[in-house]
Amino acid sequence: MRTWLARQRSLLDFALGSLWRRKGKNLALTAVYALTVAAVASVLFFTGALRAEAARVLAGSPEVVVQRMVAGRHDLLPAGHLQALRGIRGVGEIRGRLWGYFHDPTPQANYTIQVPDRFWGEEGQAVVGQGVARARRLAPGSPLDLVAHDGSTLRLRVRELLASGSELVSADLVLISEADFRRLFGVPPGVYTDAVLTVRNPREVSTVAAKVAAALPDTRPITREELARTYESIFDWRAGLSVIVLGAAVLAFVVVAWDKASGLSAEERREIGVLKAVGWETSDVLALKAWEGAAVSLTAFGAGVLAAYAHVFLLGAPIFRPALQGWSVLYPQFRLVPEVGPYQLATLFFLSVAPYTAATVVPSWRAATVDPDAVMRS
Amino acid sequence: MILHPGALALLVASVATAGLLLHAAGHGLVILRHWDLSSGSELQLRLERRTYLVSTLVGWVMAFELVSLFLYVFTADALAPLFRGAMCAAGSLRAAPGGYQVLVLKLAGAVLAGLWLLLDHADRQGFDYPLLRPKYAALLAVAPLLLAEAWLQLRFLTALRPQVITSCCGSLFGRSGAGLAGDLAGLPPRAAAAAFLAAAGAALLAAVALRRTGRGALPLALASALLLPAGLAAAIAWVSPYVYELPTHHCPFCLLQREYLGIGYPLYAALLGASVAGMGAGLLAPFRRIPSLAQAVPALQRRLAGAAAVLGAALLAIVAWAVLGSNLKG
Repeated sequence: MRTWLARQRSLLDFALGSLWRRKGKNLALTAVYALTVAAVASVLFFTGALRAEAARVLAGSPEVVVQRMVAGRHDLLPAGHLQALRGIRGVGEIRGRLWGYFHDPTPQANYTIQVPDRFWGEEGQAVVGQGVARARRLAPGSPLDLVAHDGSTLRLRVRELLASGSELVSADLVLISEADFRRLFGVPPGVYTDAVLTVRNPREVSTVAAKVAAALPDTRPITREELARTYESIFDWRAGLSVIVLGAAVLAFVVVAWDKASGLSAEERREIGVLKAVGWETSDVLALKAWEGAAVSLTAFGAGVLAAYAHVFLLGAPIFRPALQGWSVLYPQFRLVPEVGPYQLATLFFLSVAPYTAATVVPSWRAATVDPDAVMRS
Repeated sequence: MILHPGALALLVASVATAGLLLHAAGHGLVILRHWDLSSGSELQLRLERRTYLVSTLVGWVMAFELVSLFLYVFTADALAPLFRGAMCAAGSLRAAPGGYQVLVLKLAGAVLAGLWLLLDHADRQGFDYPLLRPKYAALLAVAPLLLAEAWLQLRFLTALRPQVITSCCGSLFGRSGAGLAGDLAGLPPRAAAAAFLAAAGAALLAAVALRRTGRGALPLALASALLLPAGLAAAIAWVSPYVYELPTHHCPFCLLQREYLGIGYPLYAALLGASVAGMGAGLLAPFRRIPSLAQAVPALQRRLAGAAAVLGAALLAIVAWAVLGSNLKG
């Protein structure tokens, strides 16, 4: 075992020396390789972090949302429906929600206007998210004028700003009282935007949803699990699409690697010829080539993963962010929490190292089996 | 088709594996047909060079097979939220036809590729290519299996549709579950434990005996061949309820989850490693009589026996830790 290790160490030593002798060519290849790994890794890390962020947000959302549908469109829910929901066994708390979207022409942005469960301000006051505050340059005490449904002006005063820690969900949020909400949108008393309900036994969520659909045929129950599944497929789809687009880059890199590995310079051929003439076996040269490949792959893989980590988690993924997360005027500014595990690294390995290895194995063998006699003569 | 990065990586891996394997099998066929060691012809010289290429190619195939076995389970696990009713890999693998067949083929592929590499290693110890014909015949036999696995995996991944309602591991690996999964979960835990401990104990004893005396390779191979199915059955029927501390939960995939400290990884790795090392020692036994391998094969067998003993002991230690350290008693 010790002699085997010593032999591998010597081979690695020789391989590194051999790579260093042609440092220009090998450094260029490693840099391109690392760049390819970094691009794919950025996509995986970014979508992984977004998915984890979405899961964290959804964990605090209600188990079932009930929306009324009229002619296939979402409509206001009468308060009488809440009574019907109360009769369903297994349902815990039920609450009618008031929320809507408001287009503000000044910053050309959409706000989410919501009446919280228990609004802690008074009528005429608003609590706004950081994104809205940035767009309208608001601070506590500033006036916030909104044009109501009938053209009149609803004058609100900012009570406070929402904490920036919750910005992913609260950037575009404006919290107001129920009376102000109904005046702003002209929503009559006794109707709600939708209803949320909790389910006492989490395993019965789908049964409760089925009961809701049966009891109120004009409604649509949406479970938290369905929302989570939708987010998962959106992020997976975006990541997969980006990986396919980057596949062209990986393929181009593989062609470059194959070309580099098969186009041996006269100097390299002579080197291998001399090695074999002094007694190296074909298997030794193959092991040397394998170590060279491993050194290049590991360096590029490590550098690429580190670069992607820095790009995504330190710089906020400026290259992929617009494509992968969606777009909005009031897009939240949030820091991604690193979510890197063995699964992403194994995926990355197959998307980068496997094609590289497959492309270079035959050229390496060709190099290892050159005839020393023929090389010396040429 | 689901555009999931893990699924794409698996497809890339299977294309790379199939490509390398076809290349290797093509060379293997030519070598088998035209090999003549006594000849000094140009062709023979070329064929001798190609043997190195085939060994290298299959070495990579083996590495890819092993990593892809874990990536496959990982990906199935990661896809679970997309399917209604699926909670882990158990549900995802049932979301389209062929999921479990691919898993079984991947497992078989990893074992066979490991054994082939041992054969190849032994062959290279002799100066006259003593195992060349059995080695290449075995390669041609294994290649269709791995190609079938690549094809089935492609069909499985392209057939996945997110809206499919599948079963969760609780019902699949519950005692009332149908098919092999339900049968395995329904095995009496004591019987599964006894079969596993008997196979592991026999393999461990045989490995120690082979390491010390150089005899007993065939009993070791037999015990190791039994250890793999017995170990998998015991993981489902006996060990998993202790890990989950829930007598009704028998899922073999949840063992890989973070909340159970990923105990499945060392457990399955030790099981696979011990089985392959033990079977390999037995596989090499008939070749001790070949003059050019008379020295090398016994030494290799002893090394394999040592590896089988260490991995077998590690496997028993992990199982003991999971069972004795659990709050589930009885």
